[in-house]
Amino acid sequence: MIRTPLRPLARILDAREKGENPDAIERENKRIRHEQMRDASRQRAEGRLLVLGVFFFCAFAVISGRMAMMATSDPTEPRGAAVGAAISAARADIVDRNGNLLATNFETHALYAQPKHLVDPVGSAKKLVGIFPDLKEDRLIRTFTGKRKFLWLKKKISPEQMQAVHEIGDPGLMFAPRDMRLYPNGTLAAHVMGGASYGKEGVDAAEVIGVAGAEKFFDDYLRDPANGNKPLQLSLDLTVQAASERVLYGGMKLMNAKGATSVLMDVYTGEVISVVSLPTFDPNDRPRPAIVGDASDSPLFNRAVQGVYELGSTFKIFAATQAIDLGLVNAETIIDTAGPMKVGGFRIGEFRNKNYGPQSVTGIIVHSSNRGTGRLALQIGAKRQKEFLKSLGFFEATPFEIVEASGGKPLLPKKWTELSSVTISYGHGLSSSPMHLAAGYAAIANGGRKVKPTLVKQYGPQLGERVMSERAASDGRMMLRKVVSEGTASFGEVPGYQVGGKTGTADKPKPRGGYYDDKVIATFASMFPAHDPKYVLIVTLDEPVETSGDKPRRTAGWTAVPVAAEMIRRVAPLLGLRPTVEPGAPIGITLTSSN
Amino acid sequence: MKTVLYILTTCAVIGLAFWAYRENYATQQAFSDTAKLRVSIRNAHSRLAVLRAEWAYQNRPDRLRDLAEINFERLGLLPLHPDQFGQVDQVAYPPQPLLPITNPVDVSNMEAYP
Repeated sequence: MIRTPLRPLARILDAREKGENPDAIERENKRIRHEQMRDASRQRAEGRLLVLGVFFFCAFAVISGRMAMMATSDPTEPRGAAVGAAISAARADIVDRNGNLLATNFETHALYAQPKHLVDPVGSAKKLVGIFPDLKEDRLIRTFTGKRKFLWLKKKISPEQMQAVHEIGDPGLMFAPRDMRLYPNGTLAAHVMGGASYGKEGVDAAEVIGVAGAEKFFDDYLRDPANGNKPLQLSLDLTVQAASERVLYGGMKLMNAKGATSVLMDVYTGEVISVVSLPTFDPNDRPRPAIVGDASDSPLFNRAVQGVYELGSTFKIFAATQAIDLGLVNAETIIDTAGPMKVGGFRIGEFRNKNYGPQSVTGIIVHSSNRGTGRLALQIGAKRQKEFLKSLGFFEATPFEIVEASGGKPLLPKKWTELSSVTISYGHGLSSSPMHLAAGYAAIANGGRKVKPTLVKQYGPQLGERVMSERAASDGRMMLRKVVSEGTASFGEVPGYQVGGKTGTADKPKPRGGYYDDKVIATFASMFPAHDPKYVLIVTLDEPVETSGDKPRRTAGWTAVPVAAEMIRRVAPLLGLRPTVEPGAPIGITLTSSN
Repeated sequence: MKTVLYILTTCAVIGLAFWAYRENYATQQAFSDTAKLRVSIRNAHSRLAVLRAEWAYQNRPDRLRDLAEINFERLGLLPLHPDQFGQVDQVAYPPQPLLPITNPVDVSNMEAYP
């Protein structure tokens, strides 16, 4: 590079000769040089800007090109990504606590027709009626030859029927793939399962939605594609459920009852191991809800959670345990149960106008004395009784996870007077479902902690809030054991399982007020083994009558108790409970009579 | 020197282009294999689902109970009963097989004295 000197000698000398300032030449040259430098750097900067501009343009062009391509291309599944096994379009299965299948999906097809593509509408219609006898031939011919472009013929068809339709060979008859909800065990646990049906239907697929029971309650979980291969595990035990249903059905028939229900619940975890409501139905072919008549006569009616009944004397134990818990009495305190007793202008009577005289609190429960528990209730007072029953969950619907449970709201008296307090202490005036009763008894059985019945498998005890002291609960259990060993529930004895429980026989209310004389709800609320209960079992029979004697017997001791005992005998070994041998009567001492 | 460089570069470009071409087709092949595998996995899944449903259906309690009743003479199956529980120590150990006798010793020596 040629550098022009700032002070070229020739020009300096020339300037000196002329008497000019030679510094001006230097300044002039400096200025020119600076201008050149400035031009050069400007050019470089402009070049850089250009490159940057081109770069940005290219980047934006690439992005917008990619966007345009994405917007206009057809969607495809990612082919290179890992297998999408975690996402499944099918509804999740439902299994029992041991993983046995309770509900699953089955691929099937729906049949539809596009009449304008039919080659031989009349012939196809005739052949279709041959395969599906419930289709009407003349109507089919009318629609096939009419103006309709599309019609559904059948929602679900079997593979054999599909093959038969294939053999008709008409291109206008088409199949649409369908996922069908299948309950392989048929009527087993039908009320818990509920049933499923189709929501939005398209030619390629149809969504399966739960319509009742756990299928509806857990609909969001079951439909979530992320849960496709994570089955919903319930607390039910398939084997126990099947045995309970069998025993209860037999009992219902033997006792000539029109309905029956049973609830078997773990007292620590609140898991419902089996819940039966009879009569039942097949969730694979769910009947239509009854439009006329009493809803409770429909097989769809779930007596265990929706059947809100006055459960009779089974409530007495709540009054007794509360009185002990409050320190008002102990199990041996003597209370006079003699009449007459009048509360709020009403006479409180006993079963068959008996008179038990002075009785200990245990005796009141063992003999099921109305006046005895009534007097306990008067000592407790309406306010405390109300709070106690509320803490046991008798004031709202159970949180049991099927949709019907929210409909089983207990019926409470509008005004909690002294009279209602007394009647409620022996189970009249407050209607609740057998599931409520199971939760209440579970609190006594587990040592005084509230338990919420649940349908989902649990992995530990609930440890709810304390509703009564350990001592009150243990005294309650002792009294319940005595009811079976020496009281009204003597048929409830199951060797080896120390059943404790309380019977309850309540007259059915007439729809227009008053009570029937010959229609009862017989309930046996039990727990076993009574010294350290693990399970609570509630058996309720609707309108039972036992006719082996001279007179028809309707009390729970004759009807519900034997059924419950047989159920415990069958179910306890299945639950893995080993029978324990109680110490027998001392050998060698015989009770003799002088006459 | 420059010519050699040019030739080498051209060869490299041709070689890389050939490699990329092959890789492209290999990838396409892998994709279509994956797609086929997916389909067969899906079919296997649905077959499995059918089999599971079939298994559950065949093992439904109603049917097993009926089968147990029909075959009662041969199997003698009854519902589990409380008195069928036992203790582990009530179960006898299987008898041990006797050890083989390898070197028999004569305990009688009557034959020694004729």
